[in-house]
Amino acid sequence: MTSMLQAPHWEHFEHGADIGIRGVGATLEQAFAQAALAMTAVITEPGNVASVRSVLIECQAPDAELLFLGWINELIYQMAVQNLLFGQYQVTILDNRLTATAVGESVDQQKHQPAVEIKGATFTELKVAQREDGAWLAQCVVDV
Amino acid sequence: MDIQQLIQRDETCWEIQSHGAMRVPAVIYADASLLRDMDQKVYEQITNVASLPGIVEAAYAMPDAHWGYGFPIGGVAAFDPDQGGVVSAGGVGFDISCGVRTLHTGLQLADVRPYKQQLADALYKAIPAGVGSKGRIHLNHDLMHGMLTGGAQWALEQGWGEDSDLERMEEGGRMVGAVASYVSPKARERQKDEMGTLGSGNHYLEVQRVAEVYDQHVANVFGLRVDDVVISIHCGSRGLGHQIGTEFLRDMAIAASQYRIDLPDRELACAPLTSPLGKQYLGAMRAAINCALANRQIITHLTRDAVKTVFPGVHLGLLYDVSHNTCKLEQHAINGQKKALFVHRKGATRAFGPGHPDLPAVFRQVGQPMLIGGSMGTSSYVLCGTQESEKRAFNSACHGAGRAMSRHQATKQWQGSALVDDLADRGIIIRSPSLRGVAEEAPGAYKDVSVVVDVADRAGLARKVAQLEPLICIKG
Repeated sequence: MTSMLQAPHWEHFEHGADIGIRGVGATLEQAFAQAALAMTAVITEPGNVASVRSVLIECQAPDAELLFLGWINELIYQMAVQNLLFGQYQVTILDNRLTATAVGESVDQQKHQPAVEIKGATFTELKVAQREDGAWLAQCVVDV
Repeated sequence: MDIQQLIQRDETCWEIQSHGAMRVPAVIYADASLLRDMDQKVYEQITNVASLPGIVEAAYAMPDAHWGYGFPIGGVAAFDPDQGGVVSAGGVGFDISCGVRTLHTGLQLADVRPYKQQLADALYKAIPAGVGSKGRIHLNHDLMHGMLTGGAQWALEQGWGEDSDLERMEEGGRMVGAVASYVSPKARERQKDEMGTLGSGNHYLEVQRVAEVYDQHVANVFGLRVDDVVISIHCGSRGLGHQIGTEFLRDMAIAASQYRIDLPDRELACAPLTSPLGKQYLGAMRAAINCALANRQIITHLTRDAVKTVFPGVHLGLLYDVSHNTCKLEQHAINGQKKALFVHRKGATRAFGPGHPDLPAVFRQVGQPMLIGGSMGTSSYVLCGTQESEKRAFNSACHGAGRAMSRHQATKQWQGSALVDDLADRGIIIRSPSLRGVAEEAPGAYKDVSVVVDVADRAGLARKVAQLEPLICIKG
């Protein structure tokens, strides 16, 4: 049974100049997806992003932390070049290979009031680990 | 920061003596109050910087230093390639060559006051700002190559500027040693529609008045009088620089063990200056410096066109353009001998003193103009480099106020619309695509830039020339 603590959720954590994104879930995939929602929330309200377009994301890395960094950086890249915001994520991870779909719509400055552009995911506070309660956590600070 | 951990060398200079893995001491320029308010992370990070291979003399933190990535923001360090010195992607940061340029308008406050709303609207319409904004320029392969290798010189060749602009930029507007082939397809893709855009976050275009002059002689050379109206542009190398930073940070972190570099923090990811990876990063980073110079040049052109719609016949001349996040090869005296060093300035400004051979003739007698950005509702400052600053920190000084509060705290404390109204009551017009962005960038979320600048002046890092006050701010 999934406890309240393990229920998928995202949050931000404090950093002096920028902002930390954190995802928690019963699985590594959920934690990655929740952290991506936390990233969207740095820019705009995730619930206000319509599901209009779907983008396939693939990346791999030598370890889970670098995979997380690669995942967030790939989303930042896709948002930048396709002028998109994402409000939903489905993630599959196998042997440090990630396949995902990110679903969203084009940036509309009036509708989304996007606060800030994300430059990149950083190694600061980078952590991918299973907590004592069994929940997975994925986090890092993003440079805005 | 715990002040007890430091040895005070003079009123504004504090030393962390070499210990543990440190190869050199670390030096922080601050007064006691700035130091007490500084993140403890600055102590940790500048200590880590001092442990990197080939570092020369000391690792420095400027008065506006705060918690960054690997290096603190406001961190300065020089590395000797002959002593195993390194180049660090984390020591330059994601926003490569983010910087400020200031333009004279030839107008006085009394000329502009009746047309402020019109001018704000014209600038906001002309300069793409905020998340998802694209420029009107599309770079194909050849144009991209020209931009990456030619910087502002390329922008001029495309018709976006005047010849006289180039002599008033670091490197004459073109960073030599850029290697376009080291810039990845992804970095190019991220940039192809972003030329001439301001970006978001702390980037802005600001119309300002000269509120006070501290050094009349230097202000005359810089062409600044009280109540003159100037325009300052703060932005960087946009998506291209961010992508280069992202890619090389990862590659250097993975390759560190191969180079037998023991990283105390992965964000200090670096490679020997003489290694293939080090050379690739230098080539790509220099291309990103060119991107930033070209970007600020194109925005200058757009600004000139916009101002002319309100003030026909007005000519905008460049005062100077400075970069913040760079690693540059410079000659500095070490033990009485000139040595070629790679100086990292992350969130710090170069501050060449009088007589420096790299300065344009117009500034050689007085020193390099330094443009210290404010934060929407607060003052900005013009300083100049000093001869003393070479010995103090390889000719470097602060770059701005530095944040004092997180974005989250700022949005809890301020509402964007109320902030815009408050600033309007103070005579400052804000135009921004995002009210939340305005709240996150509230002037109160930053340190007092006046204190930072005073300390830089007292420390001999630079000398105060003039204070600028905002009239209009186009916020990204």
